[in-house]
Amino acid sequence: MTTASATIDKNGLDALIKALAGRGFRVVGPTLRDSAIVYDDIGSAKDLPEGWTDEQDGGTYRLVRRNDEALFGYAVGPHSWKKFLHPPIQSLWKAARSGKLTVHVEGAPSVPEKFALFGVRACELHAIAIQDKVFLHGPHGDPHYRARRENAFIVAVNCSKAGGTCFCVSMNTGPRVGSGFDIAITELADRGRFVVEAGTERGREVLAELPQQQASNEDAAAAGKVIEKTAASMGRHMKSDDVHRLLLANLEHPRWDDVAERCLACANCTMVCPTCFCTTVDESTDLTGTESSRTRRWDSCFTIEFSYLHGGTVRPTTRSRYRQWMTHKLATWHDQFGTSGCVGCGRCITWCPVGIDITQEVAAIRGEPT
Amino acid sequence: MEGLERIVREHPFFSGMKEEQTAILAGCAKNVRFEAGQYLFHEGEPADQLYLLRSGRVALQISSPERAVTIQTVGESEIVGASWLVAPYRWGLDAKALELTRAISLDAACLRGKCEDDHGLGYELMKRFMPILHQRLQAARLQILDVYDIRK
Amino acid sequence: MVPRVARVRRRTREIADVSTLTLEMEDGRPFRYEPGQFNMMTAFDVGEVAISISGDPDRAEDGLVHTIREVGIVSGAVARLTTGEAVGIRGPYGRGWPVDVARGSDVVIMAGGLGLAPLRPLIYAVLNARKDFGKVVLLYGARNPAEILYRAELEQWRRRLDVDIQVTVDTARDDWYGSVGVVTTLVPRATFDARNTIAYVCGPEIMMRFAAAALRDKGIQDESMYLSMERNMKCGIGLCGHCQMGPVFVCRDGPVFRNDHLRPLMSVKEL
Repeated sequence: MTTASATIDKNGLDALIKALAGRGFRVVGPTLRDSAIVYDDIGSAKDLPEGWTDEQDGGTYRLVRRNDEALFGYAVGPHSWKKFLHPPIQSLWKAARSGKLTVHVEGAPSVPEKFALFGVRACELHAIAIQDKVFLHGPHGDPHYRARRENAFIVAVNCSKAGGTCFCVSMNTGPRVGSGFDIAITELADRGRFVVEAGTERGREVLAELPQQQASNEDAAAAGKVIEKTAASMGRHMKSDDVHRLLLANLEHPRWDDVAERCLACANCTMVCPTCFCTTVDESTDLTGTESSRTRRWDSCFTIEFSYLHGGTVRPTTRSRYRQWMTHKLATWHDQFGTSGCVGCGRCITWCPVGIDITQEVAAIRGEPT
Repeated sequence: MEGLERIVREHPFFSGMKEEQTAILAGCAKNVRFEAGQYLFHEGEPADQLYLLRSGRVALQISSPERAVTIQTVGESEIVGASWLVAPYRWGLDAKALELTRAISLDAACLRGKCEDDHGLGYELMKRFMPILHQRLQAARLQILDVYDIRK
Repeated sequence: MVPRVARVRRRTREIADVSTLTLEMEDGRPFRYEPGQFNMMTAFDVGEVAISISGDPDRAEDGLVHTIREVGIVSGAVARLTTGEAVGIRGPYGRGWPVDVARGSDVVIMAGGLGLAPLRPLIYAVLNARKDFGKVVLLYGARNPAEILYRAELEQWRRRLDVDIQVTVDTARDDWYGSVGVVTTLVPRATFDARNTIAYVCGPEIMMRFAAAALRDKGIQDESMYLSMERNMKCGIGLCGHCQMGPVFVCRDGPVFRNDHLRPLMSVKEL
């Protein structure tokens, strides 16, 4: 239910953040921290990384100044929204003992924080939709994810700059936001304005409260140009239409040995990936032994324990663990969830300490020169 | 003698073999029976027979001073003995009847002679031996793996 | 994701390191399940482990039955629970043995070692409706005579005239009068109509591969064979990712798979 678009200025954007906070949302969005653009609480437009951009390449991430005051003039950073919707640590339940034999188990309440995700890119909307399939649409859902997800308000942003490791165009996930947002923003940095549109009724309600102007035809055209330009400047490319068949037909390809020589099995790629969902559980007990609790935390298929079975491990080699990660992401994800597990955000390339590039690995298996 | 020829012909080990060939082999055959606990042969003795079991069960064992370990048991329709084929023709283990066991015993020297005389017959015989030896080798490999010991 | 509390009604030592727990749910209701399904069992303060259900599915009111080998810290803690103690149960999970596909056919059940435990509910289900099936053959292989699981029950079934029970051990001393040889050696000796047989196999993965090969040699198609897989499981419901084997989540899509689907996956090393 996209509405005719309007434009707002920085004050309008500020008003948007405050309007969301006023509705009880915890507004989280891009902000500067530790020389990176991360997702964290934002209280006003001032918290956004004004005038900053990033340079990204395999194993490289660097912030640099822009020569303007754009608020969204960068690509995605090390964080993704899964840290809010599928948090790294989730309490599942507590058990209290009274006497030797009585145990009372209490499930962790699915009391959701109401998040307003501010500044969600097209690839990230797709990533959220993919995690929805995992956690909401299977035979067993995750009530904790559901509670957070159903409450989340999404402010999407059309990308005005492609990162050096971006390949959303190859994965058909961007850079234009399609659906799954309450409000979408396109920044016209040279005009100091933002074209805004609502994707839902509640998005429209919030927008109606903001100081705004009708978007001119020129503004609308400029917004379209911004996205076109981004689409034309992708840092990476991956031929993705045949990748399911390609990878499954090449499970014994020598390239897996080659990549295993480089891969440190550090699990960075799985941590930064916006769709990776694997978890493990920990049991902890208080010192008196009367209360124990189970906590779920992010896990990675790159750890040796991940496939542990009776004193051994199913995937003892880096070769098999990298193969598992990549074939899952690009191939078997289709079998499991009817979609690719990759949205082309490029994080796994940027944050790989040795710069392993998933697009190059695919090309190598296909036999293209790399 | 005709009865023995029929028994040889009907044993599954020889199934599909030409009648004139089984007739030749029957010339080396005799009926034998072993009571429960009786040994068909002992490790180290001359391997002078091939046994085609007709009924009963036989344990193939290797013994140490403290105990006998059964490597395999074989029963009806199966064979006992491969050492007669391989010089110096000595049994590699003990064979003990676990219950009343009836068998056709084929004299090894006689068999070897017939095979030398008639390589076609020898080849037919080998075609029947090899799958059994292969199967037993495979089974022995699985045994070595000790797959039920989960801690390995 | 939150376990229900059950209580140990009875604990029976089966063989060394292996115990059977009979549990009752704290809410008093019978625990219903399909043969071949499993539960996630929690030893409070210790952790959680996936264990197949081993009871008679038609007698759920008699309690929830699990046979557990003490392999690791968690399974050890669960297996050593004593009468009256609490245990956490999540489940039943997974797809079990399809029983209906075998109605009107011969049934071959092949078990190795502790693989008999997940097959026992299937054996009960088949015997409970014996007339629905043709020949019923159970081929069981254990490590040695001391590690034969459910021995008393096997001997009881063996007395029936409508079931063919063959037991073999990998090695034995002189005091064992049964068969010696790996479980695959029982296949050529068994009699069933291979063109109209459904086979169910459970045991260590190597044993299952060779068992399936022996059954194929005998004329049973992969489409008529069902195998139960084991992988690391943390959630039991397809959310944690650990038990993936190529495209499948063993916990959710299995643990029982038809062999024409499973065989290509089992043939890839470290998949």
